[in-house]
Parts: sequence; C-alpha cells; structure tokens
Amino acid sequence: MIDRDEVLHVARLARLQLSYEEIEPMARELSAVLDHVARIGELDLRDVPPTTHVAELTGQLRADEPCQCLPREVVLAQAPAVSGEGFLVPSPQA
Amino acid sequence: MSATGLLDLSAAAAARAIAAGDLGADELFTAYLARAREDKLNCFTWIPTESRSSPPSAHASPGDASSARPCAIPGGTPLGGVPLAVKDLFCTEGVPSQSGSRILGGYLPPYTATVVERLQAAGAPLLAKTNQDEFAMGSSNENSAYGPVLNPWDHTRVPGGSSGGSAAAVAAGLAPWALGTDTGGSIRQPAALCGIVGLKPTYGAVSRYGMIAFASSLDQAGPLTRDVTDAALMLSHMVGRDERDATSLSFPHEISLPTAERLDGVTLGVPSELAGEGIEAGVLAAFTATLARAEELGAQIEQVSLPHAPHALSAYYVIAPAEASSNLARFDGVRYGLRVDAPGLTGMYTRTRHDGFGPEVKRRIMLGTYALSSGYYEAFYGRAQRVRTKIVEDFRAVFERCDFVVTPTSPTVAFELGARTNDPLAMYSSDVCTVPMSLAGIPAISIPCGLSEGLPVGLQLAGPAFSENSLFDAAHALEQAIGFDSTPARA
Repeated sequence: MIDRDEVLHVARLARLQLSYEEIEPMARELSAVLDHVARIGELDLRDVPPTTHVAELTGQLRADEPCQCLPREVVLAQAPAVSGEGFLVPSPQA
Repeated sequence: MSATGLLDLSAAAAARAIAAGDLGADELFTAYLARAREDKLNCFTWIPTESRSSPPSAHASPGDASSARPCAIPGGTPLGGVPLAVKDLFCTEGVPSQSGSRILGGYLPPYTATVVERLQAAGAPLLAKTNQDEFAMGSSNENSAYGPVLNPWDHTRVPGGSSGGSAAAVAAGLAPWALGTDTGGSIRQPAALCGIVGLKPTYGAVSRYGMIAFASSLDQAGPLTRDVTDAALMLSHMVGRDERDATSLSFPHEISLPTAERLDGVTLGVPSELAGEGIEAGVLAAFTATLARAEELGAQIEQVSLPHAPHALSAYYVIAPAEASSNLARFDGVRYGLRVDAPGLTGMYTRTRHDGFGPEVKRRIMLGTYALSSGYYEAFYGRAQRVRTKIVEDFRAVFERCDFVVTPTSPTVAFELGARTNDPLAMYSSDVCTVPMSLAGIPAISIPCGLSEGLPVGLQLAGPAFSENSLFDAAHALEQAIGFDSTPARA
C-alpha cells in the first residue's frame, strides 16, 4: 500500500532521516497498519461532523497581560549549543 | 511500626497513620527509598541520591492547593508526606524528565508539571521517576530507551504500558502509589496486567501543563494505586482548572472517598463488541465471574451495543499518531535534548531525530505525517474524526440506559517479553477495550478482578464525563466483594 518512495517522501516531510536498512521494514509495517485502519473507509460517514476535541470549552482564554517568563539563562541552560544570548544552529545554507 | 508493616499500608492508611502520630513521614520515605533502590524490575529512571528529594512535607505550610481540599486528613498536609512515584514524562524541576526517550536524555526541566506541583503541595513528595514507553507510545514498556520493565508477577512478562514502571512499582510495593498518563489505555492496561487499580479521568479534569505531550486531545494524567480509595484520594488532589492549560476544566463537585458496599439500583452495560470475540478465554471467565458477583451485590446487568467500537482502534491509530507527529516536531536539537551534528540545519534536524527516536516513535511519526499529508488527509484523519463522533454518540446512547459500561480492561493477561515487538498490529490490539473511552473523553477505571494462568485480570468500568465519584463507589463495592490478593507481586 505504501512503497519505498512514499516512505522517503513522508520521512522528508517529518524531518526524519531513515537509514537504508530502516526503509523496507518501515514500508512493510506502515502498510500493515494502514491496511487495517483503512477499514474505516467502509463506514457511511456522510453528514457526520468531525470531533476534534471532546471537552466542551468556551471562554477559556486568559487575559492577554504581560507576565514573568523564565530567565534567559535558565532557558539556555538546556540547549545543546548557545551563542551569547541565543540558541546556536547550523547555517540553513550549508 | 516494622519496616514491612509500614510498606504494606495503602497510601490513605499511611497518611492516617502519619496524622495520628503512629508513623513518621521521614521513616516512611526512607523505607520506600531503600526498597526502590533494591528494584530488580527496572521500574525507575531516577531515584534521589540524597536521603530525601524534598524537605519533609508533613510540616510544610499548606498552600492554596491544599488548604481547601476535600479528603483532608487532619494535621499537617492532607497527604502527610506519603511518597509518590511519578512517570518520567512529567516535568519535574531540576530532576531528569526524559519521557523514556534518548532524545531527551538528561533533560532537566526548568519547571514542574501542575499536577505534580499540586500533589507535592498536598504532601506527596517525589520518591522517584518511573520508566515508560518512549513518549508514552506502547503497550508493553518495551519501547523505553532505558530498557524494558519486568512484570512483578512473572519476570518473563511485560508489565503493560505505557505507564509500565508506575504500575510495576506499585504492584511490587516499591512505591505506595504512582502517577501515570493515559492516552489510549496507558494507565488502565498496565494496572490490569500488574493487578492494581488505575484511573483515566474525564478529559480536561486534570491539567496537562508540564506533561511531555503525546496526543493532546487524548492525554490525561491519573493515579495508579493499590486500591480504589487511594485512587480517589490522589485524584481529589489532582483535579481543577489550571490557567496554564486552556483545555482544563473545573471539576463540577468535590471528589469524595468511596464507601459503597452494594450495587443496588446500578445498571452495568456489557457491550457485546468488547466482551466476547477477541478476548482470551481465561480473561473472559474472570470477567463473567465478576459480573455474577456484581449481580449478587444488587447490580442489573444489561447487554448493550457500541456499534462503532470495532472501528475505535483504527480511528485511534490515526488520530493519536497525527497529533504525535505534530507534538514531536519540537524535538529538533535546538532548545533542549540531543543534538547530532550534520551539515546544514535540515541535516542536523533529520540526523538528530534519526538518532534520538526509537523505532515505535518513528513509526508513529511516519503514520501521523502520512495521515495528515496532502491527498490522504480526508481519507484518514478526516474520517477518523468522524468515527470519533460516532463513538461519542454510541456511549451517549448507552448511558441513557446504563450507569456504567463494563468490559475486560485488556483482551489478554500479561504477555511474554518480545512476543509482540515485531508486530505493531498485535501490540496495538492490546488497547482494543480502552481506546473507545479515550476517544469519548470519558472516565474509566481498571480494578483487578481475578487471575488467569496465575496472572491478574483487569475489569474496566467507564461512566459519563465527570462521573468519577459514582465510578469510585461502584469500583469500591466490587473491590470489597472480590477481595483480590496482590501478595504474589510483592514477593
């Protein structure tokens, strides 16, 4: 149901590198799961609205007021790489 | 009190003993810490090296969260210092919170999850962090980057998952109680497989702030305990609106400790779709015997139908991975956790995620990304959300005739380590009886109801949204009648 090329396409969308040996098993396992879940295609769901969320929520917004946030050094302390006051990342152009 | 004696107390009994001055909070904490350090089941991902993880809380000044709480035990804080084991995925300030993943190896959060904060304020200090399936994705605890957890009843078998460390620790008596999370059964199924009590509360009852997210429309924190009373006691200190979680709600009434001994006037609905075909014979026998007991206690048993339940697993395994693929986009090697260097920004992202995530997490990210991708969105995600509507309607119809729906919690007893690791569908089928309630957002509790092949069988009771109090009462009445003996797990 899902082939090698599709696996690589989806992996690219998910920003997930797959090693060569991971591709075939992934295609096989995803196909097995997708074949199973595709059975929901047999149901007549015309005029059935989707449920995105079960809790009935209204007026849950808080006031948009400035409040204290975590100190910069606390946030940066867990980063793999920092430069001065920010997170350090490799160049997108590289 | 002797060391073994105090470790045999339920959490509620220990809190009472502390309040009465018969037991010291420090003494209890030290005894559990010593037991936790002798753990041979791989239940824990972190145990404090100091003698205490936090100052003695029995004498802490009660804050807002504890002063006006129900179920207060006189003297000190309501929970008096009964230690709490917490699933790895809850953020705990300065304490490793890795969600069972290599990508979060050594992560020290700068804040604590609301629910952990509330329980600590009520007098439950952090005993240890517990092992789990990576990002709560799994039904056996074999997907942890920190190794599998063994079932205390039989060390060759799984404890269930994803809250496997929490369930095994409580069953083995290494912790008086534990906090877990349930997205499609991750509290109830391990509770069943380990012979303890586990509750998934109504969606929105407990704040998700500080929980490392899996599937946000389904995730709920809940108690794993030795008995139903402890579950009610813990929940009473967990619930309530939290400004930091916009999907949290005020619980409409106080949670009270259960007292019911009978089930007179209670109607239990048995859905044919979840209590027959596909359920192991021994599990079905224990389930049927429990229904007979329920009748002796005065309950009415009715055969009911949840016509869309057979499609719940499919809908769940589209919706949960879809939400997960989005939630897990945050693990990119920039702000926290693992980074694996590679040329370019995208190279660094993809390499970090390749090395940091385990096979099941990769599978779910792929599944979710596929289901949300252009051309497949309506066929998978759109349809799954419509199935979810039908499942909500199915339960609504049943609850017009019945107080609760009862099913076996898991179709099988604990399976052998490795038995399902190469077959995702077989693993996913462990959740067949628990995902419908998750999709509907309704509360469900699992209690041990007997043994099959010497291993525990769980009974699941589910009720309408916010019916936790009556659910606890019914579960308590059954628990008293069943008199389940959990001794083998603590041997």
